[in-house]
Amino acid sequence: MSGPNTNYDPVEVSALDPENVDAAVADALTAIAAAASLDDLKAVRIAHQGERSPLALANREIGALPPSAKAEAGKRVGQARGRVGAALATRQAELEAERDERILVEERVDVTMPVVRRPFGARHPIELVAQRLVDAFVGMGWEVAEGPELEAEWLNFDALNLGPDHPARQMQDTFFLDPVDSGLVLRTHTSPVQIRTMLREDPPIYIVAPGKVYRTDDLDATHTPVFHQIECLAVDKGLTMAHLRGAIDAFVKIMFGEGTRTRVRASYFPFTEPSMETDFVCFACHGDPGPDGCRTCGGSGWIELGGSGMVNRKVLQACGIDPDVYSGFAFGLGIERALMLRHGVQGMHEMVEGDVRFSRQFGMEV
Amino acid sequence: MRAPLTWLAEYTDLAAGARGVDVAASLVSVGLEEEDLHGGDITGPLVVGRVLEFEETIQKNGKPIRYCVVDVGQNGQMVTEGRHQEIVCGATNFEVGDLVVVVLPGATLPGGFHITARKTYGRMSNGMICAEDEIGIGHDHAGIIVLPRLLGEEHVADVKPGDDAIALLGLGEETIEANVTPDRGYCFSVRGLAREYWHSQGSPAGGFRDPALIETPQPNESGHPVVLRDEAPLDGVPGCDRFVARVVRGVDAAAPSPAWMQKRIAQMGMRPISLAVDVTNYVMLALGQPLHAYDLDTLGGPIVVRRARSGEKLTTLDDVERTLDPEDLLITDAGDGGEGGEGGEGGSETVLGLAGVMGGASSEVSATTTNVLIEAAHFDPTSVARTSRRHRLVSEASKRFERGVDPAIPAAAAEMAARLLVEHGGGQIDPGVTDLDHTSRPHAFRLELAEPSRIVGVDYPRERVLQVLRDLGAEVRETEDERYVEVTPPSWRPDLVNDSPAPDYAEEIARIDGYNNIPSITPTPTEGRGLTHGQKTRRVVADALAGAGFTEVLSYPFVAPELADQLMLPADDDRRRAVRLANPLSEERPLLRTSVLSSLVDVLRRNISRGQKDVALFEMGLVFRPGGPLGRAPLPSVAHRPSEAELEQLYAAVPAQPRRVGIIATGLAEQAGWWGSGRLVEWSDMVAAVEAVAAALVVPVVVSADADHAPWHPGRCARITLTDGTLVGHAGELHPKALSALDLPPRTVAAEIDVDVLTTASDRAVQAAPFSTFPAALTDIALLVRSDVPAGDVESALRRGAGESLESVTLFDVYEGDRIEAGHRSLAYRLTFRAADRTLTTDEVNGFRDAAVAEAARAVGAVQR
Ligand SMILES: [Zn+2]
Repeated sequence: MSGPNTNYDPVEVSALDPENVDAAVADALTAIAAAASLDDLKAVRIAHQGERSPLALANREIGALPPSAKAEAGKRVGQARGRVGAALATRQAELEAERDERILVEERVDVTMPVVRRPFGARHPIELVAQRLVDAFVGMGWEVAEGPELEAEWLNFDALNLGPDHPARQMQDTFFLDPVDSGLVLRTHTSPVQIRTMLREDPPIYIVAPGKVYRTDDLDATHTPVFHQIECLAVDKGLTMAHLRGAIDAFVKIMFGEGTRTRVRASYFPFTEPSMETDFVCFACHGDPGPDGCRTCGGSGWIELGGSGMVNRKVLQACGIDPDVYSGFAFGLGIERALMLRHGVQGMHEMVEGDVRFSRQFGMEV
Repeated sequence: MRAPLTWLAEYTDLAAGARGVDVAASLVSVGLEEEDLHGGDITGPLVVGRVLEFEETIQKNGKPIRYCVVDVGQNGQMVTEGRHQEIVCGATNFEVGDLVVVVLPGATLPGGFHITARKTYGRMSNGMICAEDEIGIGHDHAGIIVLPRLLGEEHVADVKPGDDAIALLGLGEETIEANVTPDRGYCFSVRGLAREYWHSQGSPAGGFRDPALIETPQPNESGHPVVLRDEAPLDGVPGCDRFVARVVRGVDAAAPSPAWMQKRIAQMGMRPISLAVDVTNYVMLALGQPLHAYDLDTLGGPIVVRRARSGEKLTTLDDVERTLDPEDLLITDAGDGGEGGEGGEGGSETVLGLAGVMGGASSEVSATTTNVLIEAAHFDPTSVARTSRRHRLVSEASKRFERGVDPAIPAAAAEMAARLLVEHGGGQIDPGVTDLDHTSRPHAFRLELAEPSRIVGVDYPRERVLQVLRDLGAEVRETEDERYVEVTPPSWRPDLVNDSPAPDYAEEIARIDGYNNIPSITPTPTEGRGLTHGQKTRRVVADALAGAGFTEVLSYPFVAPELADQLMLPADDDRRRAVRLANPLSEERPLLRTSVLSSLVDVLRRNISRGQKDVALFEMGLVFRPGGPLGRAPLPSVAHRPSEAELEQLYAAVPAQPRRVGIIATGLAEQAGWWGSGRLVEWSDMVAAVEAVAAALVVPVVVSADADHAPWHPGRCARITLTDGTLVGHAGELHPKALSALDLPPRTVAAEIDVDVLTTASDRAVQAAPFSTFPAALTDIALLVRSDVPAGDVESALRRGAGESLESVTLFDVYEGDRIEAGHRSLAYRLTFRAADRTLTTDEVNGFRDAAVAEAARAVGAVQR
């Protein structure tokens, strides 16, 4: 940089000519506009804004001017450098934005490629259906009760008013333990849980008992030697068949939807009196099978739910509950059947074979 | 139980225009479940045909097919083409000349099955020769109907080809079939069903005509002698409390029973057999009273009803010789030695039949019988039930006696049968009438009229209750206290006789009034405590495993005795002590599993056999661990609550059944794909799965090596315990020999853990620990240790030595090889330190690190590299 020029020579300061300054600016703006990349722009910046650029040169010449001319020349060169600087900054921003845009495009991946390296697990739908029913009843204030699967004969039969002559106690239906006089069986229903609960607790009792049960049936489309039941038992003062209907209706709604109607008729079970059989309106055809029939309900418009009734006085007595003070009701159904109905499962085989493809269809909740 | 509408209509008034579906629906409304509807859904032509010739060829599938030419009279092809009907038939149970049932094109069979001429097995079949199930008269599909066999030779004597088979078989009439519950034995009769239908219509006055109300002669001394001698009544109840015997002489037993009777018997799903048998069956179906007809001339003396003597034998009508039990009640002929004969002194004493179950062959009515004795008796239901079950012999009679037969009608039933025999077989009824009647009317019960309302939850007015009771046939006597009545149940309702029949009467009122009048009231329990900790724990365990990629399955717990060997269990292993079923489904699998893995292996094998290569399963369930020989569970009285001692004994007799989770996996743990190759499942996946479960329950566990736990690989088995040493379970790779014995792929891994232990261990409120917000300091160390030193021990030593500022220890590298001393390995750890109250200085961290290394050196001989 030179100091103030005392020996002013107009030739030597030609770079400060207004035409020359304007031309330098025009050159710079052209070059800036032509820069196609950030690298190009860097070269343009050096050429037109660098130390050897015409405007830098002109700036240095200002010092050589007589003081009277300095202000005007300074202003002219300053404005010129400002225009070039602004154009460079604008172009820089444009090119950076373009680059950023391009990188995002270039970094694109194919997100539709398969990504699951570990297969997903699943719960068994039998357990999920039981859980669904249990949760709804727990929500209404009931509790869940359980018992062993290998059970005392007395709890499985006698206490339930299934006396020694009852057909179920012959070898046809029941797995007996060896030796047969051990008085032990694989429970044939979840009802011994009722007995255990009534022996253990004082009324009021409101329990739901899901679990595995056993019968000596060979596996076929509708039978399996090991299956699941869910049973409800209530013992309290003043319970009537109307409460039984209410509980069953709640049950049906949980499984098959709000507004599922039921109808009831008399039936017979040794452990209940009066006894009741419940049908609910077919969820597939809503009770109107039409001329083509309905595969779900077989064309009747109704589906059988299961047996129920008011706990037989003899059962209460065997558990030490005074039947003149308390009354109770009980009902239950097979979970496999509920699963078949609600989820269109075709037969028992799928539910008992443990083929992973079956469970995986249901995930973690039904 | 079936009932043709025409028969029902004889005893009660059917609603105007009522069809089978309507009658069935009415019966449902009073508690008789609809089983089926028969008849009325066939539209002709359905005709009688005679097989003229057939050509039999064996098809590619090995099935014989007969191309038949059948004479169907002036029908079908005879009309259009002037020749006999050509029909293809898959059955082979007939011969040329047999009379059969033919359905011709244009007809509709039950189920809306339209018949057309169609090509089958290469030829046109112009209709079909019918089997029983196809026309809805039975369930037999083993072959086609051959009419003489179905109806009896003599009954088809006048039948000729072309006759309308719909009329012949009564198929135009509808027959309802209802499912009868065990408490309603009286509904095993048209009489009973008609009564129930009448109830369903509101029991209008005069609307039920009881067929048992017929005039019967007074009993006298000149009837056939009968002795009721039950020395060993069951539970004090005599085996027989009523025995009516009537005799018809000069009857032509070979005479056919009338067509109307045969038709009804067929409609009821039974076969017409002979006049005597048909008449007894007909009366049984009408009234519900089982009868038995004897050839009187085969009887040598008085009829004695007694229990069997041990060793006695009887050949029943089904041609089976049966060894009798002293509890069996018998009908015997005392023979000409008279009735004194204990031990057969007369020599001609004969066992005639198992009372109420089945007769014997010796006294059967035959075509040459002329004198018939009709037995109408009442037997103890329990006695009949036990005999029926003991001999696995269920008959129409036993079915009824077991459920209770009306003890008031034997005389009427015998009279009705005698009259029918005479009407259709000739002869005359003997004036002698035997009727030993030891029955008594049931005691009256004092019923509180408000009780049914209290049980059912419907407010039944007093008059309604009284009306229903009377309609039911009960005798109702009002008492001075108008809140009560004395009720004597009708003779046909033994189910209403018990210690406290109020609920039974409530059911009667409710069902006659209509069960659907019962309102629906949601019960409102007050103190629900939610799921128990154990119940929640099980969900956490299952959800954690499913979340970790395992699929839940369920397996049957039945296992083979050889499994213990396949699992290489030592001789004294507790898992060899299994419970045995007395009546297993398969003799090969009589034991109950003692571990979940023992049945889970079956499920894994099944998945593999179906082409699944990468399988990761778990099952949660009970295992059966008797610990020793089974005790004997008592059978206390049910009249009251068992004593505490009895209950304790009862519960103690039930073997322990801990809840376990079994986990098993094979194949790839991580799939191969565009990202690279997959990773095979290995022992560590099982330990990780168990740790995932423990972590979900916040239960700290300790992993150690277990070189001696079958069926695991001795070098790849982790024993997992709680910090107090309680065993949680085992995890790792299975023993190669066990895998080969179990026919499972090499390197299959498994774990089994005790859910009950985890439940107890997690049953507490987790307390929050404070955590530091100061920066952490990291330092790495490499330790040289002998190869047999478990990494778990090294880590424990480091943790002990490092002090409480240690936040975590990570094993980030393991090296074994040339660069270090043989028999040693190098373990590289990253230690992370953090103080609760300050930023640690480098000097402090180095001090902690050195202390950790020093402890590792002391405890496991580690040398810092
Ligand atoms: Zn439907």
